[in-house]
Amino acid sequence: MHALLDLKQNPRTAWIGLALIGVALVVLPFALAAVGTAWVRITNLAILFVLLSLGLNIVVGFAGLLDLGYIAFYAVGAYTYALLASPHFNLHLPFWIVLPIGAAVACFFGALLGAPTLKLRGDYLAIVTLGFGEIVRIFMNNLSQPVNITNGPQGITLIDPFRIGSFSFAERETIAGLDFTGPVKYYYFLIVVLLAVIVINLRLQNSRIGRAWEAIREDEIAARAMGINTRNMKLLAFAMGASFGGVSGGIFAATQGFISPESFVLVESIMVLSMVVLGGMGNIWGVILGAVLLSFVPEVLRYTVAPAQQALFGRLLIEPEVIRMLLFGLALVLMMLFRPAGILPSALRKRELESRK
Amino acid sequence: MPTGQQEECLDIFLQQMINGLTLGSVYAVVALGYTMVYGIIQLINFAHGEVVMIGAMVAFSVINALVGAHTGLPPLAIVMTGVLVAIPVCMAVGYTLERVAYRPLRSAPRLAPLITAIGLSIVLQNLAMIIWSRNPMPFPQIITVTPYHVTGNTDGATITNVQIAIIVASVLMMGGLLGLVYRTKLGIAMRATSQNQQIAGLMGIDINTVISLTFVIGAGLGAVAGVMVGTYYGIAQYQMGFLLGLKAFSAAVLGGIGNLAGAMLGGLLLGVIEALGAGYVGDLTNLCQIASWSDAIATRCASDPNLTLFGSNYQDVFAFLVLIAVLIFRPSGLLGERVGDRA
Repeated sequence: MHALLDLKQNPRTAWIGLALIGVALVVLPFALAAVGTAWVRITNLAILFVLLSLGLNIVVGFAGLLDLGYIAFYAVGAYTYALLASPHFNLHLPFWIVLPIGAAVACFFGALLGAPTLKLRGDYLAIVTLGFGEIVRIFMNNLSQPVNITNGPQGITLIDPFRIGSFSFAERETIAGLDFTGPVKYYYFLIVVLLAVIVINLRLQNSRIGRAWEAIREDEIAARAMGINTRNMKLLAFAMGASFGGVSGGIFAATQGFISPESFVLVESIMVLSMVVLGGMGNIWGVILGAVLLSFVPEVLRYTVAPAQQALFGRLLIEPEVIRMLLFGLALVLMMLFRPAGILPSALRKRELESRK
Repeated sequence: MPTGQQEECLDIFLQQMINGLTLGSVYAVVALGYTMVYGIIQLINFAHGEVVMIGAMVAFSVINALVGAHTGLPPLAIVMTGVLVAIPVCMAVGYTLERVAYRPLRSAPRLAPLITAIGLSIVLQNLAMIIWSRNPMPFPQIITVTPYHVTGNTDGATITNVQIAIIVASVLMMGGLLGLVYRTKLGIAMRATSQNQQIAGLMGIDINTVISLTFVIGAGLGAVAGVMVGTYYGIAQYQMGFLLGLKAFSAAVLGGIGNLAGAMLGGLLLGVIEALGAGYVGDLTNLCQIASWSDAIATRCASDPNLTLFGSNYQDVFAFLVLIAVLIFRPSGLLGERVGDRA
């Protein structure tokens, strides 16, 4: 993939490749809509997961810090959007104001959580983030008393869709003979955000900051000796990962129109982590591949495993949901044991994980 | 304060302490599993909570089967059979965990075994969900719970026979473990391995066996803890290991991870903190009492005198607050002496 898309070495094939990918991305929603609008929604959710995985990749892949409560930042972003753009408080701020606020709030929480724990060993961080994810969920569930902030387990409904002037992302429109449904419009929005995030990630990775993260991941003491302020750099990774989560959460709230604490359980954190690990920690293309693969697995299972069980045993023995989680768990174990650098390993990561065996 | 009210306050306090100590001894036993593994290979056994869950589940099945078979065995014998079956099953799970998740990755970067352990814990949870069920399963109440009054007051604080059994069993197990670690050859081998694996190997200690045994012993303790939680709450569920494991880990950190006495102290303390916290946070944050200056609050209090900021539904938060506080102010824990600073 790298060789094909390398603009310097092979400009012609690279441009043709990029153009083909671009055309495919533009045409995709209409092809999917022909099969069923549900598939466009599934694709949108998959892109959201790609965004989340790229955010977590900054923390886990670049800086080597294991964050097991990443979904909490997603939740913070989603709730920020929901509170500022819904009838719940009767606030209806436009999305281009709320999304940055969501990112900032998530970033603040990331720094708040990271500050006391980042100077400690990595496994402490893992446990504390795990606990943090739970705390956020407990608060979301209970902050309906005495002042109703989060509306408790019922969640927040009727969240505003994205709107620019009179152009709403939720309404169906026909432009130039093409049928633009709500999900299709969101798809294009998500693709734009995704491209921006990929560019940011690529630039980050090759920047001074990215190299500092890599150095910290490889050997913290050596990195410190080289003059890197390891604590601030780790904090930066944490806060930056968190703000990506916050933005994705805001988009999630707008596309769904409804959020509740149910959507932000530990399992979701593990899922995003599986995507990062499966694809290859630290490699942006690998992470994208992992996220896309694992996002579509549940859908594929729903359409294959359930009918297969019905045909074989006459009833549903194991729910697709359980099989999905089993697969995620096994993916984590097997990847670490046999291909620790992921499906598409990053060159550095590969060297690091395999040399010490 | 009139004496009657004072006595009532004391009774409530005593009751919270008793509940806290019961819960705390369970945390302590689970925390021992974390701290033993940490002491010997400096890694957190993420799947330990799931081992506890499996213990509760297996015991549940055995007890249920025995009750269903009408064997005529006394209730205590039935529960003991459940425990005795759960222990080897959990030991097998603990052994497998070490073989699959930790041994192949012993020299890999830290992140790798952490991730495999998380993966295995997800696998164990979902297997448990397939084998047993998604729903919470009620533990058969075969032991009649008899409360004993602690004070002379007839409607005052009580301690039940189940609580006494849990506390006594935990103390016995902790004593046994201390004896094992400080009085036997295996204990010497374990301590040597935890200090320096290579040198211990040169001294003729089979490192792999010792590490395996550490996991196995921890898992055995976890099995008993699982049965204790199951009988105490009267419920077992495939997800119960997650929160319990987190809290027990917090307890281990509070006491000083890697330190056996620390895990026990941390467990008991955490249990008490949680019980007192859940018991009193409602009163302490009662807006009607602490914020009577506000008119808006006063009007709401007229209709709802129990207007509190935080209620006992925040019980699960205390363990994490303790964990974060310890990590900020005393990362080595109460009794711990060493703490690494590298990931």
